[in-house]
Amino acid sequence: MSLSIDDVRHVANLARLALDDDELEQLRDELSRILGYAEQIGDVATADVPPTSHAYPLTNVWRDDEVRPSLDPAAAVATGPAIEDGRFRVPRIIGEDA
Amino acid sequence: MTAARTHGDPTAVDATSLLELLEAGDVSAEEVVSAHLSRIADLDDDVHAFVTVLDEQAMDHARDIDRRRAAGEVVGPLAGVPIALKDVLCTKSVTTTCGSRMLADHRPPYDATVVSRLRDADAVVIGKANMDEFAMGSSTENSAFGVTRNPWDLTRVPGGSSGGSAAAVAAHFAPLGIGTDTGGSIRQPAALCGVVGMKPTYGRVSRYGLIAFASSLDQVGPFARSVTDAARLYTAVAGHDPRDSTSIPEDVPDGMASLERGVEGLRVGVIADALGDGVEPGVVARVREAAQLLGKLGAEVVDVSLPHARYGIAAYYLIAPSEASSNLARYDGVRYGLRVDGDTTEAMMAGTRSAGFGPEVIRRIMIGTYALSAGYYDAYYVSAQRVRTLIIRDYDAAFEQCDVVLSPTSPSTAFEIGAKADDPLAMYLNDVFTVPASLAGVPALSLPAGLDDDGLPVGVQLAAPLLDEATLFRAARALEAELAFDPVPRRANAVHPPEGSATKA
Repeated sequence: MSLSIDDVRHVANLARLALDDDELEQLRDELSRILGYAEQIGDVATADVPPTSHAYPLTNVWRDDEVRPSLDPAAAVATGPAIEDGRFRVPRIIGEDA
Repeated sequence: MTAARTHGDPTAVDATSLLELLEAGDVSAEEVVSAHLSRIADLDDDVHAFVTVLDEQAMDHARDIDRRRAAGEVVGPLAGVPIALKDVLCTKSVTTTCGSRMLADHRPPYDATVVSRLRDADAVVIGKANMDEFAMGSSTENSAFGVTRNPWDLTRVPGGSSGGSAAAVAAHFAPLGIGTDTGGSIRQPAALCGVVGMKPTYGRVSRYGLIAFASSLDQVGPFARSVTDAARLYTAVAGHDPRDSTSIPEDVPDGMASLERGVEGLRVGVIADALGDGVEPGVVARVREAAQLLGKLGAEVVDVSLPHARYGIAAYYLIAPSEASSNLARYDGVRYGLRVDGDTTEAMMAGTRSAGFGPEVIRRIMIGTYALSAGYYDAYYVSAQRVRTLIIRDYDAAFEQCDVVLSPTSPSTAFEIGAKADDPLAMYLNDVFTVPASLAGVPALSLPAGLDDDGLPVGVQLAAPLLDEATLFRAARALEAELAFDPVPRRANAVHPPEGSATKA
């Protein structure tokens, strides 16, 4: 198992992580070793074994659709680093030319 | 009348003894909390069990309990007992860091259900305990706020990720602690710090207000210096919560009722494969001794096997990072905590995440993102989930032959700070005996079983079928009474317990 530096850069971009070349190189080495170790599951994980997502079987947890108390909207957004008029403030998303 | 005159130091005794003294009026909640805060003030510079100590809030709560008790009002079942709360659980308006720079100033707008239940029980939250960042680690070296040190030897790690809670209980900063366990994060630090730690059945304790790491595995559980205390704390926080859709909608049997029933006729399965290569001889010796003692007490001891457990680490280190990479997408510089400004939203998000997350969290997000990415999802994530099924089947087969299974908790005792910090895979292999129960969702408990030749505590792990916490506590209690573990460290560099700390019996 050996990842290329481009693989690692691609994954970092998917995960929205800005990493420098040294960090990418170290992660390339570590991920190659960790994923290489993990590949042993291929010995036993055959298609006839169904996957399990949760160990305790619970399906379709229902509740009545009724109005219940919830967080005050101002309190709910107050954890953000930049708030304006009760909303999260973010940098421009659509460019000037778009 | 002071505690010091009549009954010695309140930090010396366990929660069950404290509750008796408090109910009898021999000591006040204020005296109990004050004594623990003093010990923290004297010794936590060495241990660093806490990220935040809640002096004022804890004293206010203690005085309120004393006032209500004096007025004849009802107080909760843990009234006046101090507790260390892992800093992964949301506390309303109180900083909740999760061990991360990302959330260094995060003040949640609500309490976790566990926190509400602790308050209903009148347990006094004395501080927020240190942890590996986002609960990712086995040594508490990954906290953005500095490493926690093991009270048995301050040059060694306390285990992780709930190392702060384990160390706080071991150092007598509080008789009780709350941790969380995704792949061993309660049981392994309990073993390394010589205390009791228990992971309930997945879904037994609400995850509402628990900052998510791997949602299909995360579970909250107790730390204590005795099995009885651990059962008491578990009983206070367990039970269905409609605010967590994976919470089990079943009544919780009273774990205290059967605690002293003994193990006569109980079938104990020893996992023979877990006593081989890669496990320290001192650990193997304590597990064999525990099996012998259980046999002497009337249990039927049999050999069992979990043939797919050897694939547990591989499956876990795909499933947990995959779920983490999804859960941690929410830290984007918009909704919580840190923001690093950038010209575009994308640059702001990437800058924030790279500055806010430490190396282990970044590593796991990268593993998870890779394992879930197009073309690899089936080979990694789905295959790991198939292994999960095989491990569940192994436990089902084992529990046909026995009522509880016995193994080491961790292959080694506490290691030196820094010894494994540069080798992620070596660190992951610490979890080899704890991960299988996490993947299967079954309850498991680590009990201090004695010391190795270096005088460091060894934990043995018991696991029971889904929902059978009562049998787990009962077997652990019987073994605890027979072991009579001496909790006083003999090593240099140890934090010594207060005068009068009793050997459990």
